[in-house]
Amino acid sequence: MFRKLMGLAAAGALLASPAAADKVKIGFVTTLTTGAGVIGRDMRDAVDLGLDHIGRKMAGLDVEVIYEDDGFKPETGKQKTEKLIQKDKAHFVAGYIWSHVLLASYKTAVDADTFLISSNAGPSQLAGKLCDENFFSTSWQNDQTPMAMGEVLNQRGVGSLYVMAPNYAAGKNMVAGVERTYKGEIVAKDLTRFPDQLDFSAELAKVRAAKPDALFVFYPGKHGTQFFKQYQQSGLKGTVPLYSVFTVDSMNLPLLKDQAEGSLMTQFWAPDLDTPANRRFVSGYREKYGRYPSFYAAQSYDTVFLIKSAVEAVNGDLGDRDGMRAAMRKADFESVRGPFRYGNNHFPIQNFYLRHVVKDADGNFTTEIVSTVLENHQDTYAKDCKMSW
Amino acid sequence: MRIPVGTAVAAGSIVALAIVPPITEALREPFYLGLCLRLMILAIAAISLNLILGFGNMVSFGHAAYMGIGAYVVGIGAFHAVEDGIDWLANGFLHVPLAIAASSLAALVIGAISIRTRGVYFIMITLAFGQMLYFVGVGLEVYGADDGLSLYMRSDFGDVLDINDNTRFYYLVLALLLATLYGTKRLVASRFGLVIRGARSNERRLAAIGIPVYRYKLVAFTVAGAICGVAGVLLANRTDFVSPDMMHWTRSGDLIIMVVLGGMGTLFGPLYGAAVLVLVEEFLSGVTEHWQIVFGPLLVLVAVYARGGIAGALRALERRRG
Amino acid sequence: MDWILLLEQCLNGLQLGILLFLLAAGLTLVFGIMDLVNLAHGSLYMMGAYFATTFAGWTDSFLLGALLALPAALLLGILVEVVALRTLYSRDHLDQVLATFGLILFFNELARIVWGPAGLDLPLPAFLETSVELLPGVPYPAYRIAIIVVGLVVAGGLYALVSHTRVGMLIRAGASNREMAGALGVDIQLLYTLVFGLGTVLAALAGLMAAPILTVQTGMGETILILAFVVIVIGGIGSIRGAFVAAVLIGLIDTVGRAFLADLLRLFLANQTAETAGPAMSSMLIYILMAAILAIRPQGLFPPRGR
Repeated sequence: MFRKLMGLAAAGALLASPAAADKVKIGFVTTLTTGAGVIGRDMRDAVDLGLDHIGRKMAGLDVEVIYEDDGFKPETGKQKTEKLIQKDKAHFVAGYIWSHVLLASYKTAVDADTFLISSNAGPSQLAGKLCDENFFSTSWQNDQTPMAMGEVLNQRGVGSLYVMAPNYAAGKNMVAGVERTYKGEIVAKDLTRFPDQLDFSAELAKVRAAKPDALFVFYPGKHGTQFFKQYQQSGLKGTVPLYSVFTVDSMNLPLLKDQAEGSLMTQFWAPDLDTPANRRFVSGYREKYGRYPSFYAAQSYDTVFLIKSAVEAVNGDLGDRDGMRAAMRKADFESVRGPFRYGNNHFPIQNFYLRHVVKDADGNFTTEIVSTVLENHQDTYAKDCKMSW
Repeated sequence: MRIPVGTAVAAGSIVALAIVPPITEALREPFYLGLCLRLMILAIAAISLNLILGFGNMVSFGHAAYMGIGAYVVGIGAFHAVEDGIDWLANGFLHVPLAIAASSLAALVIGAISIRTRGVYFIMITLAFGQMLYFVGVGLEVYGADDGLSLYMRSDFGDVLDINDNTRFYYLVLALLLATLYGTKRLVASRFGLVIRGARSNERRLAAIGIPVYRYKLVAFTVAGAICGVAGVLLANRTDFVSPDMMHWTRSGDLIIMVVLGGMGTLFGPLYGAAVLVLVEEFLSGVTEHWQIVFGPLLVLVAVYARGGIAGALRALERRRG
Repeated sequence: MDWILLLEQCLNGLQLGILLFLLAAGLTLVFGIMDLVNLAHGSLYMMGAYFATTFAGWTDSFLLGALLALPAALLLGILVEVVALRTLYSRDHLDQVLATFGLILFFNELARIVWGPAGLDLPLPAFLETSVELLPGVPYPAYRIAIIVVGLVVAGGLYALVSHTRVGMLIRAGASNREMAGALGVDIQLLYTLVFGLGTVLAALAGLMAAPILTVQTGMGETILILAFVVIVIGGIGSIRGAFVAAVLIGLIDTVGRAFLADLLRLFLANQTAETAGPAMSSMLIYILMAAILAIRPQGLFPPRGR
């Protein structure tokens, strides 16, 4: 028996001679099932478009992207991250829509010395205390976008505000963000169960009773559609105007249509942002998929180019991790949002815009930039990050 | 001499589990080591459920809650050890007894109320308590609430049993699995086990001859909770992550499925059930994204045709052979 | 306390309760009469929502879609009963759990393949998309009123069916004592298929009515299924009346708790703690209620007679 075993082990050792890095392996964790599956699809499409645009090569190496579904659950996301690193031996792991999924997966990736790139989630912990040299963001820190919205509310003289968000890591960050800049009175806050609560009737009734000047919400993905519909049905639309972040996107706009027309939101990017990369991205995306890209897509597209900049800086030597890290820190690629730089915590320092929903020439609903709210804005947690370079 | 099919399969699976680490090491596939580690931990939890479900006919639909309690003992300990620098809170020799104490206390209270009910009402009242504990986890703002808690430090069992080394951790869990199997075997064969099994078929008769059945059942329920709490300690260390999700009723459902699929009231059944569920999910989902459309009807067939689950099928095979 | 707000929350609770009742009614009948633990009941709810969305898309009408979905659900129910569940009636509850759990996996995956992973939306017709002023200054969504009305009508019809018709008599007989009903010459096989079909239609109705509020997606049945089980256990298995009372009770407690508990907790706890603990504790309330009721009345509020 023992001899058999030894034989097996020896055969195994032969099989497992370290594979030469002849291609760049990127693991991409997102949500492909459940109601949030549309977001995952949008991100996957954007990555695929990015690969088209770079000819599916980085520094002469083939690029392989392995998509995994986190099923909207932190534990599943963590398992998939583990699989991508240990089984698929990915050089980069990217994606992550949800803050709680990213937080659960974080340690697995950065401990394994794999580059982890968030294409969406930006929980405060990772921008502050838990920042890591192996972690980069191509999106934003969660608090920033609602901070911009807080400024907008101030500018518009909104005196009292009702705040609603789902009760998870990002929801809490969003609330903290708007509280940080908004100067009026916050009459009440409701944190709803996530992701299983889709019926907001009880909360909307409270909003009506509280009679605030405005309602601020953060309901990403499907929750945004449901929220908007129920807000419409509740008859609040005429009395309590709605300001939102990450709630209206290009995926639910075709469903919401004129219900969302004129709706205001803040964001670091918009489809009409006039940069060379963005023109290429938006037109390419519309051509290939027949719809407007979402901000999720924009961030995922940028992820491909960030990785490309790293691989090319080291001429495809994927073992040179320090070289790749130094390259990524320069943010030396054409981003759809225009030039930006990285803060010490590897989160972008960038502009935030006010956008509103309009109809384009063909009758499709999309968003347009109204004004720039914050310029070269850095998140507030960067100072808690011990990393410097 | 002919070895019965059941025994051969049981011995084979233990040997297979024992040789996983050298193989995965040779193949440089640590992923599969982690997978089998998870399998064994879930098997321990399923065995503890089988103790009351299989042998005592107490269908607890809140069993994952004890696993959650054990996991949170580790999670909270590690959290304070890292955040506040209280090193001794990460001590594994503290975690295990504390997890046993907490989960058996919870099981004692839950059992004391639940065991008075019968049948589906018992299922639902244990579900209710499980969900209550789940929502306690959801409400724990300090410890991450819904989002859970990442473990930045595993339980510290000293240098010899350093579970940061996955191979050592693996053999520790394997040893605990064997201990659980052995303990279950002894317990079921004992006078205590006789009463529990007897209560399954005719509780009133046992009561009539003066045996305090309620107390026996309560003890069994508590012991099962305690074992499951230990499984929770292991699972938290395995995943480096704790969340209320571990206590959700679907997890309790998974445990029940493992026991029923593997074979209720058999020693090795829960191990088979856990293995099938974990491995099928991993490999079938690798083959096709739509693996559930195959696995679902398969479960229906098992329920309809293979009475007694996998262990039952092995017995039937043996009968046909002999 | 704002009384108008409380009234509004009670309506919201009633609306949730009605949906729960429709789901629980079928479940409690199937359980009570056939002694079948049907975990796949939630899948039938889901299929109802998917059917309605598909048919509404074809016919371009919400109402037509809903009307077509019900017979489709009936056929599906009969099919499931004949193909998969018929053999399981006499079996151990746990075998049934295993089999119907398998059905859940099957249906979820089937829906994912047929309708895609992303889920669908069932748009409402314009006349239901608005709000109605119940009291001056208190608009209430028209669609939710429609749910309450339809639900109450169905509940009334079900009550009449069970207590005043021959079929109802057989159903009651079956719920009290299966063997006796069979011995008295009732065609048990047919009765079972009928009851299962009826339960499926009710579940599908709940599903299609919930669809415009929630989203039509795989797994939508599981969340509400467990609530439906809570309802039938509190109400007493096999009792339609119990299911109705328990469903409304659960709906009210869930909604009103969600609305006011966080504010209540704020009186005792720090703000931040209360914000997180509030939703968690209000979700816990229904389970506390169930545990308390079962601890006092181990067979639920309205246990069927004769058992």
